[in-house]
Amino acid sequence: MIATLSNFLFHTMLGHVVLVALETLAVLVPLLLGVAYLTLAERKVMAAMQLRKGPNVNGPFGVLQAFADAIKMLTKETVIPSGANRFLFLFAPFLTFSLAMVAWAVIPTGNGIAVADINVGVLYLLAISSLGVYGILIAGWASNSKYAFLGGLRSAAQMVSYEVSIGLIIVSVLLAVGSLNLNDIVLAQRHVWFCLPMFPMFILFFISALAETNRAPFDLPEGESELVAGFFVEYSALAFGLFFLGEYANMFLMSGMTSILFLGGWLPPVGIAPFTWIPGPIWLIVKILFCLFCFIWVRATFPRYRYDQLMRLGWKVFLPLSLAWMIGTAGFLMATGLLPHQGVS
Amino acid sequence: MSDVIIQPDVPETLLSDDAVEGKVLKRVEIDSHALNFGPQHPSAHGVLRLILEMDGEVVERAIPHVGLLHRGTEKLIEYKTYAKALPYFDRLDYVSPMCEEHSFALATEKLLGIEVPDRAKWIRVMFAEITRVLNHILNLTSFGLDCGALTPALWGYEEREKMIEFYEAVSGARFHANYFRPGGVSRDLPDGLEARIAEWTVEFPKWIDQFESMLTENRIWKQRTVGIGVFTTEQALAWGFSGPCLRASGVPWDLRRSQPYDNYDKVDFDVPVARHGDCYDRYLVRVAEMRESVKIVAQCLDRMRPGPIKTQNPKISPPPRAEMKRSMEALIHHFKLFTEGYHVPPGATYTATESPKGEFGVYLVADGSNRPYRCKIRPTGFAHLQAIDELSRRHMLADAVSIIGSLDLVFGEIDR
Repeated sequence: MIATLSNFLFHTMLGHVVLVALETLAVLVPLLLGVAYLTLAERKVMAAMQLRKGPNVNGPFGVLQAFADAIKMLTKETVIPSGANRFLFLFAPFLTFSLAMVAWAVIPTGNGIAVADINVGVLYLLAISSLGVYGILIAGWASNSKYAFLGGLRSAAQMVSYEVSIGLIIVSVLLAVGSLNLNDIVLAQRHVWFCLPMFPMFILFFISALAETNRAPFDLPEGESELVAGFFVEYSALAFGLFFLGEYANMFLMSGMTSILFLGGWLPPVGIAPFTWIPGPIWLIVKILFCLFCFIWVRATFPRYRYDQLMRLGWKVFLPLSLAWMIGTAGFLMATGLLPHQGVS
Repeated sequence: MSDVIIQPDVPETLLSDDAVEGKVLKRVEIDSHALNFGPQHPSAHGVLRLILEMDGEVVERAIPHVGLLHRGTEKLIEYKTYAKALPYFDRLDYVSPMCEEHSFALATEKLLGIEVPDRAKWIRVMFAEITRVLNHILNLTSFGLDCGALTPALWGYEEREKMIEFYEAVSGARFHANYFRPGGVSRDLPDGLEARIAEWTVEFPKWIDQFESMLTENRIWKQRTVGIGVFTTEQALAWGFSGPCLRASGVPWDLRRSQPYDNYDKVDFDVPVARHGDCYDRYLVRVAEMRESVKIVAQCLDRMRPGPIKTQNPKISPPPRAEMKRSMEALIHHFKLFTEGYHVPPGATYTATESPKGEFGVYLVADGSNRPYRCKIRPTGFAHLQAIDELSRRHMLADAVSIIGSLDLVFGEIDR
């Protein structure tokens, strides 16, 4: 019985498809649940910071609130504004959502445990997160609304500018690792997490991640007090829900990237007994949760940047700093002979 | 040489002669789009409707549309007795109800020629200052909210609740108090309220410190407000600014100081003034005013003595309930006061008070009957709103939002 099953799964074409589907579900289901509870966690954490209770009616401590929200989203009417481009209007949220999901294929949750352990994992992540801007841009344009259009324009400019500094920061990390494989990046942090030697870059990366995911204080594309809801002002029901889920999934993704690049991924803080008992995925989740808490904390603390100030910060502060750090890292590694060997991953 | 582009919507009279004759070779391109800001916009502070002519993200022109909350208050007052006209003032600037009542009560008292007992004056000054704090908390925190700072707003509501409970204790209502009356206040402070307010005057400055720690030195907050919506002293005077907006532009003008009413000449307080006239200065002036208000409240509590809380003229002040059960005359007075009301001798007055938003004036004309002949209300926010075009020109959309927040607009009083 077991032999037939393993034969089917590992040696036939159809079995392979089933296996991949199972793997995908194993990532997506916890992710979607996590996203659902992230929305609740955000409301609860912000409520605690703001001297209020947050959702507490649906289930004990409001734990069923996430499902109540989901049911509400699903049962509302999808309103398509007259004058909107119907196809693109509905395509944009699906694009945003699916891109946020697809990126998880390469995130390793343990040593070698990833849906796709590919050698260009970092490039793949950069490519996927760069594509994310299309969903927002298309939504802004297809809504045929001035507020949405302004939101779309803002986000296009914002995400492109911050991607540049994110790219340079990642290059600094890659220089120290010598591989584009996310698994190798984590393993390279066995002795010391990169957030210590590269502390300034860790901070820059986190701030850029806020800008990349359109979170406060960089939530200009949806800046409530100016653009009402920005690029998704015309969306309702499931289409809105997909944007919403996409945004929170992106927060997860950027937190995951921060954990893998700077906080040692699934590695325990120190490789000695009580810490090594806890399995790797738990460590990764704890680190991701820490980053997400910071995301929410920042949102509750800071006012919003203005559009031009945001661009100035991106191009005049972050870009020179990350470029200088990259060159400094390269120079240091060359001078001390610590540069990882080429071609050895 | 023949490509003179004249926009079809520009009337010929506005063009130079050369342009009409086709001699000018300048290409005119108008690239602006109109953005309909409000009345359902989250930063419209109620029902502001702004037509913004935008050049990309830059505001070229802002045209405010008023009247969406017009309820005809002034006309309605002409058909009500003086006592019944008073509640309308709660509903003008619904963020600072008692200060609006103050103007009307003072105006009516001036026409009646009556004197108010000392305790009533202290109570009115104290509640006017509590109201000022109420108003400034809401304004400052919602200003923060306009700029994306979410937390101060919630902290502010927590603190406002305490002051609203003081309102409730004296008047029974949380917002629309209807507490000040021509001739004094409607009833005395309940037992224990003075102690509660005294405790609050000690605790509240700590809250201000906490609140300031969120914004005052915050670099993002400063970037969003410093140098935004600058009004010079001359401009502020020319546009009829008053209150914190005027003082932020460097004019030390405060009606509480320059023409004191009630007991304001007996309390010791400073008038905060700032120099730059930008959004940040308007914010700082309001924060400083809250601290001054707490000082005034503490002084009021110190100097308040037991005594009557309304004028003892039975033709103007209703008798106590117990008195009505015993005295026929008191019953008649009560009946007359609450049906016909008192008659006010002919005359006219313009009486202004320093409401939290600025000069709030009532021009009251009495013709000897029991109803005002005319009651013109000078709203504070109207003068501030009309300057919005001047203030937000060539600023970005986000700045227009913070300018609206810094002007402290409430449409109940602007539209009346």
